[in-house]
Amino acid sequence: MRFVTVSGPPSSGKTAVIIKTLEHLQKAGQEVGVVKFDCLFTDDDELYRKNGIKVRKGLAGALCPDHYFVSNVEECVQWGKMENLNVLVSESAGLCNRCSPHIREILAVCVIDNLSGINTPKKIGPMLKAADIVIITKGDIVSQAEREVFAARVHMVNSKARILHVNGITGQGSFELSTLWSEIEKTETVEGKRLRFSMPAALCSYCLGETRIGSDFQMGNVRKMDLEMPTGIKTDGGPTDLGSST
Amino acid sequence: MSRELETLNVGELLARWPFAEQHLSDNGHAEIADRPEASLKAILDCEQLAALDGFVGMMEDFLGASEEKVTEITITGGRAKDGSDEPVRELTARVGDVICIVGPTGSGKSRLLADIEWVARGDTPTGRHVTINGQVPDDKWRFSSEFKLVAQLSQNMNFVMDLTVEEFLALHAESRQASEPEEKIQRIWNWANGLAGEPFTLDTPVTSLSGGQSRALMIADTAVLSASPVVLIDEIENAGIDRQQALDILIKEEKIVLMATHDPILALMGDRRVIINNGAMQKVIEPSAAERANLTELRALDAKLMGLRHRLRMGERLDEI
Repeated sequence: MRFVTVSGPPSSGKTAVIIKTLEHLQKAGQEVGVVKFDCLFTDDDELYRKNGIKVRKGLAGALCPDHYFVSNVEECVQWGKMENLNVLVSESAGLCNRCSPHIREILAVCVIDNLSGINTPKKIGPMLKAADIVIITKGDIVSQAEREVFAARVHMVNSKARILHVNGITGQGSFELSTLWSEIEKTETVEGKRLRFSMPAALCSYCLGETRIGSDFQMGNVRKMDLEMPTGIKTDGGPTDLGSST
Repeated sequence: MSRELETLNVGELLARWPFAEQHLSDNGHAEIADRPEASLKAILDCEQLAALDGFVGMMEDFLGASEEKVTEITITGGRAKDGSDEPVRELTARVGDVICIVGPTGSGKSRLLADIEWVARGDTPTGRHVTINGQVPDDKWRFSSEFKLVAQLSQNMNFVMDLTVEEFLALHAESRQASEPEEKIQRIWNWANGLAGEPFTLDTPVTSLSGGQSRALMIADTAVLSASPVVLIDEIENAGIDRQQALDILIKEEKIVLMATHDPILALMGDRRVIINNGAMQKVIEPSAAERANLTELRALDAKLMGLRHRLRMGERLDEI
């Protein structure tokens, strides 16, 4: 089974790109499936099903979505094998711009759109920087110049990636992407493989459900901003160590 | 190492490859520009030097420093939707050519353009092959944004950046690392104003340009600053833009122009017309003498309609036309 991780900011067109691309593989007689990761809600699974794509969804709920992803990815691969898929795609949104679900030796795709602003390639960090293929969407509604500027910015952040333009509505460019998905190595398991980039660090009192504000309630991995305030103004004080708190 | 970076100091590096500063600052050498006399060998280890060399090489490719000029592209026919051989076996488009593409919706116009953009090697549904300057081109045309073969201009495109015309053009020039950006910005602005009829200033926000002005700016900008040798135009709206002059500008800047249009004036302005149906190029025809002669009449009709449009705008009645 071939396994591809697809990530990208919310509403960048991941689902549309995946459906259009898998359509070409389906036409070639391949069995395809998607595991959709999201936070609170998604009905994209219906969309996939409608297009004859086998699908499972995972909602992270209160958990960090990417920690949730990495804790479940091996099981997803095993599900794909059980379903006899030729190609399995994982779809996840890089919600805090700090995450990246990409795994070493597994084809990593990042989807980003022309409307998201020219500084976005710099902002979204690891999920773009560590990708093998960068798909730029929504090119049909911006000028040629903006497309060129945007692609140049992507190139500055990740000069090794292959950059493709795909239109999620008409499917332009998706055939070309599908050829890249069919030439990759097969994967039996991701157990023992490593993430390309570490996940965002956490584990403070808020991770565990704390809702009150103030230093007295902050424990664990907490960091304070330096607001350069003159001395004498009351600040909240530093974080409390896990050990010293009562 | 191909560029002998280890013999250079920071000042020499940045003078030659200014974009290297970004790479170094991304890799933990943020204040490097403050120490122009420091030798690279002293700052970077072997691995970092190799990474820098790789980055400079990729950026040089990106900026077209090692680019070979595209003078012609040739499409070799594949098969139609029903599997039969494509009737047109070969079509070559050279720099300065204007080729119109006509055919009903779903006939395969988009696939033809996609085949060109992807530089097909018999590996697309049509089985077509595309060569550049008579050669089978390498992968760079497929995967790197800088070597995009086709620039596209279409009716539903908009400017979305919140910048003035001048800032916008400067940003585009910068991302292309264009030489003499000032001259290019002036030239684009002058040309765009010539095309649009309604003049605009360099400090106009691009988002407040009219449809005609936007189109004019996009065409002039693509002609001058885009690296893509092929320009695909998906109709040019009739109002607010001088279409003959728009084509002349693209030809002057040595573009190969492909135009998907069913506008009779535009279609007759082309050097050739490709007729698409059933997923295949059926015929390539040149405008006949009679068609050329009719172009004059069509232009007169067009001018008349434009005149009526103008009168409406001025609040007149059209009792007499």
